Amino acid sequence: MKKTFTIGIGGAAGQGVATPGDIFAKIFSRRGLHLNAYNAYQSIIRGGHTFLTIRTGPEKVTNMGDRIDLLIPLNQDAMDRHLGLLTNGAACIYNADTIKPGAAAEGVALCPLPVSKLADISRNKVAQNTLAVGAGLSMMGIGFQSLEQVLSEQFKKKGDAVVSENVGIARAGYDYATANFKSFAWPLPLTGKRYAVLSGNTAMAMGGAAAGVKFYCAYPMSPSTGVLHWMASHARKAGIMVRQVEDEIGVVNMAIGAAHAGVRSMCATSGGGFALMSEGLGLSAMMETPVVVIDCQRAGPSTGVPTKTEQGDLWQMLGAAFGDYPRAIAAPLDIGDCFKIIPEMFNIADRFQCPGIVLCDLLLSEGRLSVDPEDLDFAPVVDRGELITTAPADSGSNGEGAYKRYKFTASGISPRAVPGVPGHTHTAASDEHDEDGVLISDEFTNPTKRRAMMEKRMRKVAGIEAAVPPPALSGPREADVTLIGWGSTNGVIAEACEILNDQGISANQLQIRWLVPLHGEAILNTLKNARHTIIVENNYSGQFARYLRSETSFVPNGHIRKYDGEPFMPHHIVAAVKEQLGGSVSLSVPAHEILV
Amino acid sequence: MATVLADTKHLAMADFKGKVDPDWCPGCGDFGVLAAVQKALVDLQIPNHNVVTISGIGCSSNFPGFINTYGMHTLHGRALAVATGVKLANHELTVLVTGGDGDGFGIGGNHFMHTMRRNVDVLYIVMDNQIYGLTTGQTSPTSRVGMKTKSMPFGNIESPVNPISLALTAGATFVARGFSADQKHLTELIKQGIQHQGFSFLDVFSPCVTYNHDNTFQWFRPRVKKLEDDPAYNSTDWMAAMEKSLLWGDEIPIGKFFERTDLPALHAAEPVLDAGPLVHSDPHIPPDVARSFVEELM
Repeated sequence: MKKTFTIGIGGAAGQGVATPGDIFAKIFSRRGLHLNAYNAYQSIIRGGHTFLTIRTGPEKVTNMGDRIDLLIPLNQDAMDRHLGLLTNGAACIYNADTIKPGAAAEGVALCPLPVSKLADISRNKVAQNTLAVGAGLSMMGIGFQSLEQVLSEQFKKKGDAVVSENVGIARAGYDYATANFKSFAWPLPLTGKRYAVLSGNTAMAMGGAAAGVKFYCAYPMSPSTGVLHWMASHARKAGIMVRQVEDEIGVVNMAIGAAHAGVRSMCATSGGGFALMSEGLGLSAMMETPVVVIDCQRAGPSTGVPTKTEQGDLWQMLGAAFGDYPRAIAAPLDIGDCFKIIPEMFNIADRFQCPGIVLCDLLLSEGRLSVDPEDLDFAPVVDRGELITTAPADSGSNGEGAYKRYKFTASGISPRAVPGVPGHTHTAASDEHDEDGVLISDEFTNPTKRRAMMEKRMRKVAGIEAAVPPPALSGPREADVTLIGWGSTNGVIAEACEILNDQGISANQLQIRWLVPLHGEAILNTLKNARHTIIVENNYSGQFARYLRSETSFVPNGHIRKYDGEPFMPHHIVAAVKEQLGGSVSLSVPAHEILV
Repeated sequence: MATVLADTKHLAMADFKGKVDPDWCPGCGDFGVLAAVQKALVDLQIPNHNVVTISGIGCSSNFPGFINTYGMHTLHGRALAVATGVKLANHELTVLVTGGDGDGFGIGGNHFMHTMRRNVDVLYIVMDNQIYGLTTGQTSPTSRVGMKTKSMPFGNIESPVNPISLALTAGATFVARGFSADQKHLTELIKQGIQHQGFSFLDVFSPCVTYNHDNTFQWFRPRVKKLEDDPAYNSTDWMAAMEKSLLWGDEIPIGKFFERTDLPALHAAEPVLDAGPLVHSDPHIPPDVARSFVEELM
């Protein structure tokens, strides 16, 4: 088992849960430690309950894990909710002036801080947070200088006095803990590496910038809004036109307009907004104008639970827009992949002149992960496909043998001229059309032509399939159980497999990244010798299981599903696998023990 | 003496003729609008390939197919959103948006309002026939109270929208109304609308000869009065424009209601476009900028 250390910080929205989280994240990543942060929060600006989990360690950390080593409750409510989660070796640092601990399990260290004695709380309202950060770092065996550095950066704008006040408070907490609290058994190491820490939304926005996106527009919708925020704040440096639009219908159509004029164009939303974009996807497909749409799933249906995660939009993606049309749909496997998947999707969309959908979820969009800066590659392959952007000014007009926008080709791909290029004028229509763009929807309906154009577009499907790799099995070739997941569950399933293997149950994993094209034959081949297959997904009805069955007739031995708004933890999957291998059930729905 | 540049072809009406002839009903008001747009482009000598004509769905939205420019025949009500994207990606293009009253004021009403307040530099021509034609005659947002249609067989009980006062209120920087039967006047308004730097709204009475028996050519002809014929009318006076926009009945004003030139168009207000159209920009982020983006996260 890999060694990790997890901090849980709980409090009300507005109490400053995020700041200690950011400070810990910065210190860990600068020590060369990997980290994963997940914030369970509510749709409220002040009040309620927020619980941030930061898990760190020298090896790659991919999920929130099963264990909390240090709990920092910022109010009584957080103490009451979470103290019971702590087990032997864990500690809880809290403000002794305002918070009463409950009964802790054996071996849990209660570490009360006499906050009003250590800091002037009338001057500094978040003194308890800063004291707790200082105390925690002392117990983790991390030198004070790293905290001093981060606090100096954090408060630099507010002036030297504020910096020294906060450093002083942190120092008081640090020294008090050194003198009074027992250090953790495992001091956090220093690896000499440096990582970038970013959310999936930031990663997708940066991936867009790297892919050459020049137009981004959106309507704010949790949990996708972070993409808009990164784009808006970096637009001028990156040379990207960023617009906030009146609704998602406007968003997708504006994005298509910009794409049609020749730039790479992207937008992001969540399930409700995506529903409004549906007709626009059909427009992109029919006009053969590429656009990339990101859907950050949240718990639905309808307004649902805006701050909670789910993998519940798969069938909406599969069914989006009426009629048959070529498109690609992919789900990033982790936050680093959120970056990489965008340039890949743009190359597919551009080459095949069709919509590309990136199916993310709140867990990745708003979670944070340490990523090797080398993996944030701002010079990826950019393949714009068969795009005509220049022609001599004396290029002929629309005479005989003139340019045909929707020319029949073996690949189904017709060279695409953008407006402004001489000699290539044509009309691109949402109506069915002939090779040269003339409508065959109204006066000139023609079954032969309609069939030919339909087949031309759909020929692109084979090309897209060939351009995308099939999924590969990870872990031992032969295993007692094969876990099948898609998208964001990659890390937690992988860790569950490790735990199972350690416990003598051999497990391997098939994680799906490309949903369309699915490569059903390859999946069937991979699974044909599997002894026991279980599909793991974050939704009620087994959306992927149903999709896989519809495409391949494959039926797994069992299912593990979770639809309470919270992500899987490794032990949820481990326990469910054991339960199912024991033969008692084929559907497990793990309960989330953390009350958030 | 006129100088003729050897490599510049003089564009004539025939150059703007589309691949197919219009499929509108004989006598439809939209023929007049098409001819006036083509004439305006000839007068302004804008090369075909630098014009994008964008429409939604409906009889009048078939327009892009009948004119030789780049065309986009998009979704019902969405032409202005698409046009905004086109203009922002390549602001050197002349962008014309054409459609009907149902397309623009009904299903597309939200985009209509927001495109105006954004002052996107496009000319939006609404061929307003106060009826849904392509769906065979239902009440539209501009149908008069009492009009009997297939969807309101006992007469419309909803007040119509006033496109001119709506445009003035929403912040359109050029607001005009034309009449399909007055070619010369309409052509002049289209030319002004194209040349205006910002959002130009042109509502055109374009009678439906098949489904609207109330608002016919004959009904409009004696009523329309050109604002240009009133020497006292000042089209930079917003309040005066608002007052004129409310006139309906025996006298219906046409012409340029309002124009202001002191506000930048959306593309001109965004520094990202200072270096030129996005479509010509380098897709790659400079390495030092990319490094700074990553450094922020460390």
